[in-house]
Amino acid sequence: MNTTIKTLAVAGAVAAALTAATTHSASAQAKEKCYGVSMAGKNDCAAGPGTTCAGTSKVDYQGNSWKLVDEGACTSMELPAMADGTARMGSLEPLDRDIPS
Amino acid sequence: MSVSQTDFRAALLDADRPAPTGLQDAAARPAGRRFDVYRNNVAVSLTEALHDGFPAVASLLGKTNMDGIAGMFLRAHPPASPLLMLYGEAFPDFLAGLEQLSHLGYLADVARLELALRQSYHAADAAPIPPERLGQTAPEALLAARLALAPALRLRRSPWPVFDIWRYATEPGAPQPQAAAQDVLITRPGYDPAPQPLPPGGAAWIAALQTGQSWGAAEDAARAEAAGFDLTPTLTLLLQGGAITDLMTEG
Amino acid sequence: MLDQSARRPRLPHSAGVGYKPQHFADLTSDPGAVTWLEIHAENYMGDGGRPLAQLRQLSKRFAISVHGVGLSIGGEGALDRDHLARLKHLCDWLAPASFSEHLAWSSHDSAFLNDLLPLPYTNATLARVADHIDQVQTTLGRRMLLENPSSYLAFAESTWAEPEFLAEIARRTGCGLLLDVNNVFVSATNLGFSPQGYIDAFPLDAVGEIHLGGHDEQADDHGAPLLIDSHGRAVADPVWALLDYTLARSGAQPLLIEWDNDVPDWPQLAAEAARAQTALHRVPA
Repeated sequence: MNTTIKTLAVAGAVAAALTAATTHSASAQAKEKCYGVSMAGKNDCAAGPGTTCAGTSKVDYQGNSWKLVDEGACTSMELPAMADGTARMGSLEPLDRDIPS
Repeated sequence: MSVSQTDFRAALLDADRPAPTGLQDAAARPAGRRFDVYRNNVAVSLTEALHDGFPAVASLLGKTNMDGIAGMFLRAHPPASPLLMLYGEAFPDFLAGLEQLSHLGYLADVARLELALRQSYHAADAAPIPPERLGQTAPEALLAARLALAPALRLRRSPWPVFDIWRYATEPGAPQPQAAAQDVLITRPGYDPAPQPLPPGGAAWIAALQTGQSWGAAEDAARAEAAGFDLTPTLTLLLQGGAITDLMTEG
Repeated sequence: MLDQSARRPRLPHSAGVGYKPQHFADLTSDPGAVTWLEIHAENYMGDGGRPLAQLRQLSKRFAISVHGVGLSIGGEGALDRDHLARLKHLCDWLAPASFSEHLAWSSHDSAFLNDLLPLPYTNATLARVADHIDQVQTTLGRRMLLENPSSYLAFAESTWAEPEFLAEIARRTGCGLLLDVNNVFVSATNLGFSPQGYIDAFPLDAVGEIHLGGHDEQADDHGAPLLIDSHGRAVADPVWALLDYTLARSGAQPLLIEWDNDVPDWPQLAAEAARAQTALHRVPA
């Protein structure tokens, strides 16, 4: 691509981007995108873990081993083969539950 | 007899060890279940921290699996810092190394995306340039210019449809993932990180800018990856996300 | 010993709550009896974004207490200098009315265990904790408050009772004390001592703040009650009674409601704060 075409292309891209960016506000878009996170019981997106000074009465400290059980959204998700035909997706076949951790 | 913090810590993270000798109740009997209170506090709070930090991974795996994996992870990788907000940096690689999850090859990339969202959330604030400045700059000068990008910007490239999978896992009623590799741009307009899939070449353009290359050199990098690279949608995302914080023209 | 001549804003002798981001809008529109807030220092050590923006806004209206949970003051190793520097950065930026930490350890061998772990009350622990507090007070250039822990077990090697241990730390370092009356009640139940006797032995003139929180009840291996400091429910009635007992001896203090797990909607938390405010009204001036 020669210099003249490059400068013409960049001028066109900038003009188009400025128009697009001002017609669809980013904060409205951000709100939409964070809907899922908010649904998980958080008021702010991706706030993540915080510290507290409290203890807990839940009992769960055994975990040094684990076996996969068949649950979670990954079991209902249909992941098609890649468009280029490779098998990078891996298989979504049910899980081998007998492999020790 | 004195109980060292080394002994205390070792027993804390290993339920097969007895409580250290020298810890007792009011009648000087061995501490027994009383020590388990501390075991619980550590394991439960760090497990909850991983659930909070990786909600999409947790949703994909389900609670039982996530709890089990968290239990192993927190023992192998306890936090290195009291800043729990950033806990789990090693989690994506840990997931990638679990043989039982080898059929879910995308999981580590979903975790990397979630980690990036959290880093973006806590990143420094930076004022974007007025978008008009781009229009007021001559195209030749733009091509020679370098751009400063917001500290909250993150780029995650993946051979998986990682944005679609993340959305499917976190948003009720989201569509099934499409069959395409996805590069994801995270910007933070205001305070909420906004992940967006990038068109072909977009990630290469941004990655080149991040390394300090000029706008024009970044375009060359993008075209080397995607011959028909169209700058408009990627530039639009950066402007909408308030992600360009300086335009450094020569002279 | 720290020079305390510098004048600083102080926490009001009224009710405050532990700040939770989900209450931001309620706090700015209808704070009720709440005049001050406590934040956990470590949650505000990011580089920017919403947490710091909210804190900046809240600090214009409320007195702020910075409560650290990660300094590991009782740790066998040296204090984490990076963490101490982060703490100084936060305190310099925010200029809070108070900074407090715990008589506990939480980090060891570069691992942060995210819990307030117990200490044996020995001369060696005393010397180490006092050194660490000196270092904190010198670095921050301010007096700190040290909080009494919740205990689930005791160390056979301990030679000090907790109130005397804390009194000696305060005497050596000039630090103040944060008295958590729920922690007193929890420890007293778990270790079989009188909570009133603990208050009687406590150096109340060093107290700069009082904490109140909810606890859960379990049982130990022998069926004895084992209370857990869970901060997941309303303050229990016997803890309110112990607060009255304490206030009658200490005089009015800044009172904080801690609710960290199963955090309720604002009206329920505001009602707890109002109850604390009522307890203060009963204190003779």
